[in-house]
Amino acid sequence: MALSGIQIYKMLPQTNCKECGFPTCLAFAMKLAAKQVELSACPYVSDASKKQLAESAAPPIRLVTLKAGTEVKAGNEVVMFRHEKTFYNKPGVFIRVKASDADAAKKVAAADAYKVNYVGMDFVIDGFAVEADGGDFVGAVKAVRDATKRPLILIAKDVALLDSALSLLAGESALIYSADASNYEAFADVAKKHKASLVVTGDSLDALADLTQKIQAKGVEDIVLDLGGKNLSEWLQRSTQARRLAIKSNFRALGYPVIFFAGQNGAAKEPVYAAQAISKYAGFVVLDTFTPELAYALLVLRENIYTDPQKPIQVQPGIYEINSPKPESPVLITTNFSITYFAVANEVEGSGLPAWLVVCDAEGMSVLTAWAAGKFDAERIAKAIKSFNVADKVSKKRVVLPGHVAVLSGELEAELPDWEIRVGPREAVDLPGFMKQALN
Amino acid sequence: MPIEIPKDKWPGSVKKVTLGATTAEGGTRSRSVTVGGQTTLPYLLFEAPTPNKPVVAIEIKSHKPDDWSPLLGEVWGDAMNDPAQWAKKAEEAGADIIVLALTLADSPEDAVKAVKSVLGATGLPLIVWGPGQAEKDNDLLVPIAEATKGEKIMLGICEDKNYRTIVATAMANGHVVQARTPMDVNLAKQLNILITDMGLPADRVIMDPTTGALGYGIEYGYSVMERLRLAALQGDGMTQLPMLVTPGFEAWKAKESKVGEGVPEAWGDWKARAIHWETLTAMALVESGADIIVLRHPESVKRVKDAVEELVAA
Ligand code: SF4
Repeated sequence: MALSGIQIYKMLPQTNCKECGFPTCLAFAMKLAAKQVELSACPYVSDASKKQLAESAAPPIRLVTLKAGTEVKAGNEVVMFRHEKTFYNKPGVFIRVKASDADAAKKVAAADAYKVNYVGMDFVIDGFAVEADGGDFVGAVKAVRDATKRPLILIAKDVALLDSALSLLAGESALIYSADASNYEAFADVAKKHKASLVVTGDSLDALADLTQKIQAKGVEDIVLDLGGKNLSEWLQRSTQARRLAIKSNFRALGYPVIFFAGQNGAAKEPVYAAQAISKYAGFVVLDTFTPELAYALLVLRENIYTDPQKPIQVQPGIYEINSPKPESPVLITTNFSITYFAVANEVEGSGLPAWLVVCDAEGMSVLTAWAAGKFDAERIAKAIKSFNVADKVSKKRVVLPGHVAVLSGELEAELPDWEIRVGPREAVDLPGFMKQALN
Repeated sequence: MPIEIPKDKWPGSVKKVTLGATTAEGGTRSRSVTVGGQTTLPYLLFEAPTPNKPVVAIEIKSHKPDDWSPLLGEVWGDAMNDPAQWAKKAEEAGADIIVLALTLADSPEDAVKAVKSVLGATGLPLIVWGPGQAEKDNDLLVPIAEATKGEKIMLGICEDKNYRTIVATAMANGHVVQARTPMDVNLAKQLNILITDMGLPADRVIMDPTTGALGYGIEYGYSVMERLRLAALQGDGMTQLPMLVTPGFEAWKAKESKVGEGVPEAWGDWKARAIHWETLTAMALVESGADIIVLRHPESVKRVKDAVEELVAA
């Protein structure tokens, strides 16, 4: 937890010797709290204070990075609710295959190639988990490694097996599953040897906290928690408790990202299990099922939950073609706030009616908000019409304004003298009706 | 030493609201449904049990809709031509409440008839939505409220434009109102104040904070609901109402659910995707505090109900 200037001041020598370049220890403490200076500027801080200050500067949930050809980061979160600031590191979505599955590498290759576009962003599966289940584990890991460059999670009870498999992954940071009270020493050794991160399992938060401390003492810092929990309820409670302890109580022993296996109670429940994990604090979500439709839905949910509430997703301003418009198709105007854009595009698309949709740069605000803020006026609209060369695409120079900004029609006529200005409905849902009735 | 789990103790709680009146209570419903009453954030059983679990409503229409996805046409079939049949099938599919959505084509007489036939076909509590244009809503909902006096149905949509008429008729006829505002904490509070200032007790109001579908702004609704629920628990009286959400309506509007052709291959199987879209939209809103979840597809109903059962089980 970050300390205030006053709390830091209490840990300084309070002699006001000025060697740090500040007139008083308090002034220096304030700068430290604001992270504008380094503690090392004061030569007189005690070792005990140094340690305490360093601890307070560490993030409440440790950042754990898995690395291979690509990277997945989890942790570094600071809030319980996204509106309090934002959630930072999107949970990595992994697909689990079994070593005994003859098709494991094929399944991995299919999921590895998966790519889906959402609002101009490409989403992919982040990595794969290989589980030792009696087959040739090392061979399976090798085959999977050949099929994907993404980070791996290795699941096995036998440390020697893990050791050999990890030897194949030199230079990577894999994740090992899992250490418990009975085997943590050997698991910690192998994790350390291969610079891997280590999952710990335990049947209570107490047991987990006890284990993470022991593993840390053995020199492994990159730890991931498997909270257990037999159903949605237990997992939600444990996940909330661990997050609270880390963030609110600054309880270091549980300040690690969390892994969740969404398929644990069967494929039918997997979608909702994964959805809860994404909303409620998981750092890694492992699926047993890969289908494009499930991957798409979960990756979109993850994007939505992890969108910074202060920076809404924006759409690139431009002219968008809906349902293959022709020169005589209508020209509709809207803003680049993603929800506004999608509301309009979705309605028009759903109606099957062709249209040109001109998306103006309104700094990511909705029609009414942007208009009130002066970011969506006749000048901006005219500029968009001109700079996107709309006139070259259409035979009928006619634009449809959103009903909420009907007041702009006069000014827009002045800005675009050879265009016919029409006022459309206020809500996107009424656009198809308007287009059918009023535009023909 | 065992870890001390930080527990929130909140000064406020959510009000309980009951929909539907049984014969003993002056209506004809075979059972009523109560939602709300929470004293902590959703499903944190280590702090408090969930006093009333969230319920699922199924949305049916007074006339067979021509703009619904064919996937919905497949499951409801001919029942879509008759609201009474449709309501019966919805009850069989696991609905706790029926939502009857009226259309612009309905005359007040037609609308009253449709409502009566649904009340006759099922013993579940009923929510009636006007077609969503303030004036038309008033034209239809007032005669319905009068014709169903004492049934404790919920009248929607009650917005800033028409709340006076809807609230007045709800007060006169013993009904509940669905107060809808567009994804904003302050607008929601404001409307609740206006409604209760007219004299309708707060336990006859359910908030509809509006939401977007997965991929279409769900994060706004999600956070508005989390903030409303936090405010309620912190003691802000005008946010202490149960919340209704419409993931069915929202998700089935989205292209991902609605259509199967002309979409990217990476979207996968249409039917499975459509169910995921509705279920995941609903699930996110369940986590953020929804009390009444209005859905359209029976498979989503099953999945969401199963999830809720797991979440409330001690
Ligand atoms: S150098 Fe250290 S002791 Fe001296 S004034 Fe700065 S903070 Fe205080």
